[in-house]
Amino acid sequence: MKLFVCVNQVPDTETKVKVGQDGKTIDRSEINLILNPYDEFAIEAALQLKDKNSGEVTYVSVGGDSHKEVIRKALAMGGDKGIHIKTDNAGDSYSVAMMLAAALKDTGADIIFFGKQSIDYDDSAVGTMVAEMLGLPSASVVVKLDVDVSSKKAVCEREIEGGKETVELTLPCVITAQKGLNDPRYPSLKGIMAAKSKPIQEITPSGAESLTEVVAMRKPPAKQPGKILGTDKSAVPELVKLLHEEAKII
Amino acid sequence: MKIIAFAETSHGLQEAGSKFKKVAFEAAHAASRLAGELGGEAEALVIGKGVESIGPELGGYGMKKVRVVEDEKLSQYSATAYAKAIAFVVESVSADVVIFPASAMGKDLAPRVAAKLKAGLAADCIALKAEGGSVLATRPVYAGKGLIDVKINSPKKVFTLRPNVFSPGAPNGSPASVEKIAVDLKDSDFTSRVTGVSVAKAGRPDLTEANIIVSGGRGLGGPENFNIVEGLADVLGAAVGASRAVVDAGWRPHDDQVGQTGKTVSPSLYVAVAISGAIQHLAGMSSSKYIVAINKDKDAPIFQVADYGIVGDAFEIVPELTSQLKKALGRE
Ligand SMILES: Cc1cc2nc3c(=O)[nH]c(=O)nc-3n(C[C@H](O)[C@H](O)[C@H](O)COP(=O)(O)OP(=O)(O)OC[C@H]3O[C@@H](n4cnc5c(N)ncnc54)[C@H](O)[C@@H]3O)c2cc1C
Ligand SMILES: Nc1ncnc2c1ncn2[C@@H]1O[C@H](COP(=O)(O)O)[C@@H](O)[C@H]1O
Repeated sequence: MKLFVCVNQVPDTETKVKVGQDGKTIDRSEINLILNPYDEFAIEAALQLKDKNSGEVTYVSVGGDSHKEVIRKALAMGGDKGIHIKTDNAGDSYSVAMMLAAALKDTGADIIFFGKQSIDYDDSAVGTMVAEMLGLPSASVVVKLDVDVSSKKAVCEREIEGGKETVELTLPCVITAQKGLNDPRYPSLKGIMAAKSKPIQEITPSGAESLTEVVAMRKPPAKQPGKILGTDKSAVPELVKLLHEEAKII
Repeated sequence: MKIIAFAETSHGLQEAGSKFKKVAFEAAHAASRLAGELGGEAEALVIGKGVESIGPELGGYGMKKVRVVEDEKLSQYSATAYAKAIAFVVESVSADVVIFPASAMGKDLAPRVAAKLKAGLAADCIALKAEGGSVLATRPVYAGKGLIDVKINSPKKVFTLRPNVFSPGAPNGSPASVEKIAVDLKDSDFTSRVTGVSVAKAGRPDLTEANIIVSGGRGLGGPENFNIVEGLADVLGAAVGASRAVVDAGWRPHDDQVGQTGKTVSPSLYVAVAISGAIQHLAGMSSSKYIVAINKDKDAPIFQVADYGIVGDAFEIVPELTSQLKKALGRE
């Protein structure tokens, strides 16, 4: 099988958000960058399919030089090679999706995996946009995946409000991975060593455009720390009263 | 400026035909308000099977006209076919703006529709306002640790709205007129299609839709102790959530996880029981209107975001709260 996984690099989940000098983006001076957590589920899904059906796993990332790190991290988990679409201005989801779609177009991919969302801009958009740009079916927020190579079908479960939905796709297709799909493996020492000699091809994108523009970024209004009503169950009547009279919830 | 609101139905989940979801009214009301501010017009779009008859109901939420794509083949959701139908309607009525709920379906459709229309997308918006003849959207980034204002520069624009944030308005006004639009759907448009739906916990509202959520954390000590959380949720008609520590321990299913790698929720009331309030948990729930924390550690970070806190043992306080609420609500 020809399997692709699109991987992104994001500030880690502990990041304290400070607005940068431009007033539009995060201050990147003290940020620790990691492989986007959801992309680990996507990588694991691809590696499991390769283990089962043999084939090749390729990672693709759009971004500046540091994006090589996430490709290496993925290669340390397993897989074969990387494609680094190098740009210092990846732009919005639409722009990233255009660059990815251009790179993935004539590759003969059977399945292209994505994370369900990047934890920086939380767009949940790139995977499904790439699917549309390549004319492929997709399932998003997938927590279970069965692929039948001979009939070229994938059966997925995706999370919806109050339950799950079973989706059938014809291959080639796009899957966006949600936590719960699998337990991503840790890179082994051997894997980390092996990753160093796996090839990463660098390509220069062209023609991508952002359709959106961030006008301003700010911190959400700080919540006032609330009232501590007490230190045992004698505080319960006060809580009930506040929920009724102040919050007007009951 | 013409705005179209995608009115999602609960199709597939209800046995007895289609009903609008609350997020449909939120999208419709937001569209009609925005159209008012921009001096444009707003319409709604409904897709599915057996949906023509419910279209008029949207009149109550500010819609004069509802476009309906009614097709046997659309009885189950299909990302590919629905997106084709939506893009077709948008083009044929010359709409400039499409508003979806940021629901499971809306988040699946909006990027696809945006790509079809070469439209910029602003996802999971918490505010939309007219500015300089266009729309300025506000949306959370970094799991709510930041907010950005976004402008879409393409001629067509797509927005998704975070559920429970926009008012659905109060239904009034006359029924909307319904206009059917036929879309030519072929088998090849259904390369992605839903073949089944399973409902997780019948009887309890879903986390992302719930008005009240009671969540439990590792401090509960074991899965069997979630009965106190469930008891409180039952009196309040609330959904039950959990921290990641609890999900990782296998006490609760992953579906219940609230936080950065779980669900983002914004109920009117969020009750955190024996949850410390790690930054990744806060990321998923800090936009709740009211937060109550019950924790025996007075320094637990959850108290920094809680409106009302009780420092103490959950096993003592939660059952007491449940019983007093039962009395207050006359449910005894
Ligand atoms: C990449 C990443 C993603 C993450 N995503 C999420 C996420 O989506 N959601 C999430 O929740 N976490 C997430 N986490 C984990 C997060 O950092 C915390 O570890 C987790 O939220 C802790 O859960 P907890 O509050 O239940 O447990 P703890 O932190 O162990 O807190 C238990 C609390 O219970 C209190 N307690 C104990 N006994 C009692 C009692 N009898 N009565 C009252 N109080 C009591 C204690 O004082 C304590 O405050 C993530 C972490 C990482 C690294
Ligand atoms: N710059 C990028 N390079 C490669 N893949 C990306 C990039 N940005 C996003 N993705 C992929 O798209 C998914 C969804 O991202 P987003 O739409 O940004 O929330 C991520 O989990 C990645 O799999």
